Amino acid sequence: MAVTTYSSTSVRFRQKTTTRWLVRGLGVLILALVAWRVVTVGLAEGYPATFWMSQLINGLVLGGVYALVALGYTLVYGILLMINFAHGDVMMIGGFTGFFALQFFMALGWLQGPAALVALALILIVAAGMFGSVLTGVTLERVAYRPLRGAPRLVPLISAIGASLFLQYSVLLIFGVSPRVYQKPALIEGGFRAGGVFVPYTGLIIFVTSLFLMLMLYLIVQRTKLGRAMRAVAEDKGTAALMGIDVDRVIVFTFILGSALAGAAGVMLGFHNTVVKFNSGFIPGLKAFTAAVLGGIGNIPGAMVGALLLGVIEAIGPSALGIPTEYKDIIAFTVLVLILIFRPSGLLGEVVSEKRA
Amino acid sequence: MLVLDQIHTYYDRIHALKGVSLTVDKGEIVTLIGSNGAGKTTTLRTISGLLHPRMGSIYFEGQPIDHLPAHEITRLGISQSPEGRKIFARLTVRENLELGAFTRTDRAAIREDMERVMELFPRLRERLNQRGGTLSGGEQQMLAIGRALMSRPRLLLLDEPSMGLAPLLVDQIFRIIRNINEQGTTILLVEQNAHVALSIAHRAYVMETGVIVLEGPAAQVLASPQVREAYLGG
Repeated sequence: MAVTTYSSTSVRFRQKTTTRWLVRGLGVLILALVAWRVVTVGLAEGYPATFWMSQLINGLVLGGVYALVALGYTLVYGILLMINFAHGDVMMIGGFTGFFALQFFMALGWLQGPAALVALALILIVAAGMFGSVLTGVTLERVAYRPLRGAPRLVPLISAIGASLFLQYSVLLIFGVSPRVYQKPALIEGGFRAGGVFVPYTGLIIFVTSLFLMLMLYLIVQRTKLGRAMRAVAEDKGTAALMGIDVDRVIVFTFILGSALAGAAGVMLGFHNTVVKFNSGFIPGLKAFTAAVLGGIGNIPGAMVGALLLGVIEAIGPSALGIPTEYKDIIAFTVLVLILIFRPSGLLGEVVSEKRA
Repeated sequence: MLVLDQIHTYYDRIHALKGVSLTVDKGEIVTLIGSNGAGKTTTLRTISGLLHPRMGSIYFEGQPIDHLPAHEITRLGISQSPEGRKIFARLTVRENLELGAFTRTDRAAIREDMERVMELFPRLRERLNQRGGTLSGGEQQMLAIGRALMSRPRLLLLDEPSMGLAPLLVDQIFRIIRNINEQGTTILLVEQNAHVALSIAHRAYVMETGVIVLEGPAAQVLASPQVREAYLGG
């Protein structure tokens, strides 16, 4: 079975021929500049192949986390045609919930116990993060978005920005500015070497967990009755209602799925970055949004591909272009701008007519 | 079975239905004909709950339904094949049919009904795993009707099943509609193609700019000078 895209709203804009050629020329110029920079600076440094390999691994790990968050953007966009700008902060709440669960199991002594107990505790910590995010996401839908259904599209967008600030500053008020430190259990400290490349255990766990959750999501959307209902609602809410589908319930379910993935991502990002604080969802949220746009917003496989690609670009970019790592965010957001200019429908987005309610 | 009593429906400030009353009895095919913009589709959308009347009431099997949301009305046994077919283009034919049975949980019976739909429309069997958007207009119409049947409705609302179809295909679809009715499903049929609609209906209502202007047995309506002149080309 072909991979079914989830929504068709990524519209490629039709431009005048002259503009199109100008834009294409500009694109070629930029690519040439990047290539020149990579050859003269990045490759000239003479890093060994193992260095690039380990950067690639870093990129995939980060990309996996971005993918989980990007899926939340894309799911909600597919159904409501709205960018849920608070989604990164929903993830951050999951990170905090996971942190407290971590403290709890630490106090219980599970994380110092046998491997099976540590594994169980880690699963429960991720589950706690998912739960915290789901609670937040569903509340947001109810309070900040549902009352605005039917309002012009800009209105819920602004509400989402407000919700984002509300979440960030509520957490700031309650937990303060100081970051909470995610302590890794000794068992998953360190890593192993494969062909001279160091692979950290946490990285491997994060990547595998991300892939597992993406697969679960894919199965839910493609193979279950509720998933089918989601795809129907994404296409046409009125006709979906005629089928007897309670559209509001499906929307809530969509928020549950997206938030659960974000919660898991929040916990994993906590382990990856070792800290979580009130604004730690902001930048990753924007990057996941970039990833969703890169893949084609509204498109589930697109979000996964876009996120992995963005993670890799971001990990390899600084060395390849010879710019300091502190500026790596510039790369991600430059990618966003370039995608919006050159291929607004994203990599896997489709060109569709404007006939959509 | 279905009673509309003085229904007034608005689109914002536009008064689209101005006191529409009609009844559909069990076992009938009732057709609602009229020109473009007369309010036929609005009437159907008001019955199925996609629109709500500002005044008046709608009863289905004695129960008021005018303020229920669309998905609950479907659960009561009213199913609609909407104007323009509204096939889920990105879902397969099979998934479209399965969505028609969304309200049901009796898997075995759903499979039986899917068989029944494919007996009515053998073309759909060949297309089962194809995406809805790849079907031709006629096939989409078959899918729309088949999908509406999948909920086992007691009342089937059909909106312009002849739209955009070649005459031969129209005849075929209308034979099937009569067939569905003979198997026990009550039908309210909205049509611009008055001739073909009146040929299979028991009773008819004629609508003009939001009001019913004529009603009666189909044969009588077909014979009326007004209808002959306005819809059947004299």
